[in-house]
Amino acid sequence: MGRLSWQLGEVVAAQKETARASSVRLAVPNWPGHRAGQHVDVRLTAEDGYQAERSYSIASPPEEPGVTLTIERLDDGEVSPYLVDELRVGDKLELRGPIGGYFVWEASMGGPLLLVAGGSGMVPLMAMLRHRAAVGSVVPTRLLYSSRSEADVIYHDELARLGKRNTQLEVVYTLTRVSPPGWTGYHRRVDTEMLQEVTWLPEQRPLIFICGPTPFVETAAASLVALGHDPVRIKTERFGPTGEA
Amino acid sequence: MENKLDGNAVGGILQEIFPFEMTRVQATCKGCGTTDAIGALAVYMHGMGAVVRCPSCDQVLIRVAQSKGRYWLDMQGVRVLQINTGETALPD
Repeated sequence: MGRLSWQLGEVVAAQKETARASSVRLAVPNWPGHRAGQHVDVRLTAEDGYQAERSYSIASPPEEPGVTLTIERLDDGEVSPYLVDELRVGDKLELRGPIGGYFVWEASMGGPLLLVAGGSGMVPLMAMLRHRAAVGSVVPTRLLYSSRSEADVIYHDELARLGKRNTQLEVVYTLTRVSPPGWTGYHRRVDTEMLQEVTWLPEQRPLIFICGPTPFVETAAASLVALGHDPVRIKTERFGPTGEA
Repeated sequence: MENKLDGNAVGGILQEIFPFEMTRVQATCKGCGTTDAIGALAVYMHGMGAVVRCPSCDQVLIRVAQSKGRYWLDMQGVRVLQINTGETALPD
């Protein structure tokens, strides 16, 4: 453990996930390893010395070498458009991490597990699902994943594979804007009724992780508390455009 | 513009200052006495740094910023910090 400092990672792979999101795999010398749910801070420095710093969740499980970030482009963002559209293999990136220990799940913590994702809030939860798969965990797990449209669902195929391989994992989607013809899943924002249908009973004492934009997280957390879940077992991570004047 | 996040957002800068994983550190609010993990506190990011508030009573617990080779850390809203060194260690 100990203090963190900025270090350089090198892009070793980059992959488009959706029209707005890309994954970037970084090799970081002396990376101490990370836990599922942690994030890193990324710092970009312009030629005139201006610096912008943002937090991005780690998508890869501890069992994989290096660090993979999945980043969604915010059209008016200072940092994400560069990371999503401009980064190439061989580029260097300044980062600080791994950060966090609060919003972390390890198979040894057990379950049942309820994961609630809004948009790219899926990223740290994906690290948890990948970790769960990598260690062969059969902790009963349900994922409720809210996206704008089917095309915005990150890791769509991998989630389908994971769900097929492991009957203890259920993936439930809700699409908030556009739903394809014949869509039989939810087609609205996450609400109390939906959470009640998807979640475990409070008596089953699920561990709950919610990640997404601030209003999404607050609605989901308040609904789960209203349904009788213990606030101590609900962990949240909010994201949004940060520090922009 | 202020944007409400949570204590995970200040984990990085606090761990530059303190040699511990800080989002699991328990902070007791001087205003209302509530104790929460820093990861569960409310955080408002600004261009220069962050303000950490109590989610129960809105008291400012921590203000932290970094500028020109200097950290600015105001913790006057924290009555007690409980740092569990054993539990925050990373398995090798």
